[in-house]
Amino acid sequence: MEMLSGGEMLVRSLHEEGVEYIYGYPGGSLLHVYDAIYQQSAVKHVLVRHEQAAAHMADGYARASGKPGVVMVTSGPGATNTITGIATAFTDSIPMIVISGQVMSHLIGDDAFQETDMMGISRPIVKHSFSVTDPRDIPEIVKKAFYIATSGRPGPVVIDVPKDMTMPNERFEYEYPKKVKIRSYTPPTKGHAGQIRKAVELMVNAKRPIIYSGGGVILGGAHEQLRKLTRELNAPITQTLMGLGAYPATDRQSLGMLGMHGSYEANMAMHHADVILAVGARFDDRVTNSTAKFCPDATIVHIDIDPSSISKTVEVDVPIVGPVDSVLNDMLDILSKMKERPDADALASWWKQIEEWRKRHGGHYDKNDNGLLKPQEAIEGLWEATNGQAYITSDVGQHQMFAAQYYKFDEPNKWINSGGLGTMGFGLPAAMGIKLNYQDDMVVCVTGEGSIQMNIQELSTCLQYGIPVKIFCLNNGYLGMVRQWQDMNYEGRHSSSYMESLPDWTKLVESYGHVGINVETKDQLKGALDDCFNKYKDRLVFVNVAVDPEEHVYPMQVPMGAMRDMWLSKTERT
Amino acid sequence: MRRIISILLENEPGALARVVGLFAQRSYNIETLTVAPTEDESLSRMTITTTGPDRVIEQITKQLNKLIAVVKLVDLTEGAHIERELMLIKVKASGAQRAEIKRTADIFRGQIVDVTSNVYTIQLTGSTDKLEAFIDAIGENCILETVRTGVSGISRGEKTLSL
Repeated sequence: MEMLSGGEMLVRSLHEEGVEYIYGYPGGSLLHVYDAIYQQSAVKHVLVRHEQAAAHMADGYARASGKPGVVMVTSGPGATNTITGIATAFTDSIPMIVISGQVMSHLIGDDAFQETDMMGISRPIVKHSFSVTDPRDIPEIVKKAFYIATSGRPGPVVIDVPKDMTMPNERFEYEYPKKVKIRSYTPPTKGHAGQIRKAVELMVNAKRPIIYSGGGVILGGAHEQLRKLTRELNAPITQTLMGLGAYPATDRQSLGMLGMHGSYEANMAMHHADVILAVGARFDDRVTNSTAKFCPDATIVHIDIDPSSISKTVEVDVPIVGPVDSVLNDMLDILSKMKERPDADALASWWKQIEEWRKRHGGHYDKNDNGLLKPQEAIEGLWEATNGQAYITSDVGQHQMFAAQYYKFDEPNKWINSGGLGTMGFGLPAAMGIKLNYQDDMVVCVTGEGSIQMNIQELSTCLQYGIPVKIFCLNNGYLGMVRQWQDMNYEGRHSSSYMESLPDWTKLVESYGHVGINVETKDQLKGALDDCFNKYKDRLVFVNVAVDPEEHVYPMQVPMGAMRDMWLSKTERT
Repeated sequence: MRRIISILLENEPGALARVVGLFAQRSYNIETLTVAPTEDESLSRMTITTTGPDRVIEQITKQLNKLIAVVKLVDLTEGAHIERELMLIKVKASGAQRAEIKRTADIFRGQIVDVTSNVYTIQLTGSTDKLEAFIDAIGENCILETVRTGVSGISRGEKTLSL
């Protein structure tokens, strides 16, 4: 049997799991492991400029590929710098493996140099964590970590590795386990047959049905089943921020996003529905608005792999715990064998009503308010320039909502954003993680001048590894969403939402060897996008787009109201 | 409503912290908590008493079940069960009081486990209610110190919480 050191076992185990890239930053406690990385070529390491970016890179890759991203950082500050990235992945159920170095075992608890209790600090934001106490356990721990991270409801797993577990001169027999079994962990593999039948009957007999689908459909690889079922039922479908792309946005049955900044037709249809089929969505407070006023007439069916998501915020009538793909397959199966068909007359009048709602607002914004480029127009321009084919990552704020509303996602895994935690600084590193792995595809980070500065140092990593992502910055000189709230709820008192002293973006990115383009007027947009994707196809391009600073994101739900209570513009309320 | 949640837990470092952290992080209250290894030394058995509306209790049990370290869990209050708590109580006992306290302890089947000329230390086991009743019976004035273990619970009859 092969004899390997702990450090070598760690790297080899990652290779056995199919890992191609590790995103990370070396340091004292992981030097043995980094030396083991150096001495092989199967697993490559990407040196970021800040550990938070490593976590977001791994996360972006995971969201695009469905496979776990791997982060490697040293103990103490290296480990704590990943916390925001771990929390981001945890909130959105993204599979991730975080390997954190730890001080020598005999020093743990002595407040040693670069010691922190990573297990303790990360505990509330991981699916599980391991601390290595014997180098011989490393292969099994890695196997278990990948299994936990990727099965059931996915999530991040931390492996904390004390330095003495990786000593190069101590070698052990290495064999990678083929199977793993954890007695306390058995994710469901099938939904309850009776409940599934009940769900189908409810949907078939509904007069005003709606499908409310979320990120779980994408994570569960169930978009094909969702599309089929939606079409079979001829039901309208709305998607959460995390679920965009699971159903084609350009399809007639799609009502777009729902919730706080959801479309008028989606929120109205939800409010008036008599049966809601919730698929892989968790009734987030950004979706439901006031739960007390949530969809008063609806019987709710909820499919989720995580039982704790069911009836957490909204009481559910038909709970179905199981993997979305398998449950939807079962539903399709029952539907095909059933004599009853959806009520065509009822659906016709339901669709008529929905079309009227669509006509009233349906993605409307005023293009010629004050001559400035509207952020919505910029996003529509980006959608056209990329043919709707790009991977779009975003940061957090107005630009994120405009991208969600106006970039029509027709395919899953293409819209990559921090939905649950709302992490500014996510967009650029996430885009890098994707571009590195999908080199032939367009990868665009839609950001704002506030968000991009939170991880701007990664322009350097892009240069070192030749990662030609496109950065599309909607620059309004303000923290736009904060400003919007201050406009609407604080009588326009812009407390700390104006950012002075912005850099000359073109010079900044040029100093890193990249290309910068300024867009100051409407007519420059098309040319800039053309240069971005054609002339500078293989370069990192930062497109700095000056947009109307006073624009708000609409619709916007009235706080503590029902789904249907919305502002449709600065002056119009439902 | 008061509930007794009984948990089989992997006997590994950090497992208790995961359970306690879950309660703290979600603002659930732990009223009492007892934990010790079981006959199978790879497992710990934990009894938690908590209070809350049914919805909250349901969330607590679901969230606990999600922890990888939690092997099995049961809400004992859903069926017939036995609960016991141990209390050591140190009371003033001098003069005429002495006999009275001894009699009360006997009625509650308590044992006097330490004696000085002015003080009795009494050991008492039973349900939380019984321990409360004893404290009421002897009156707060004579109590010097109490220490309680928190509830341990087990199902009645043949039902077991095991692998």
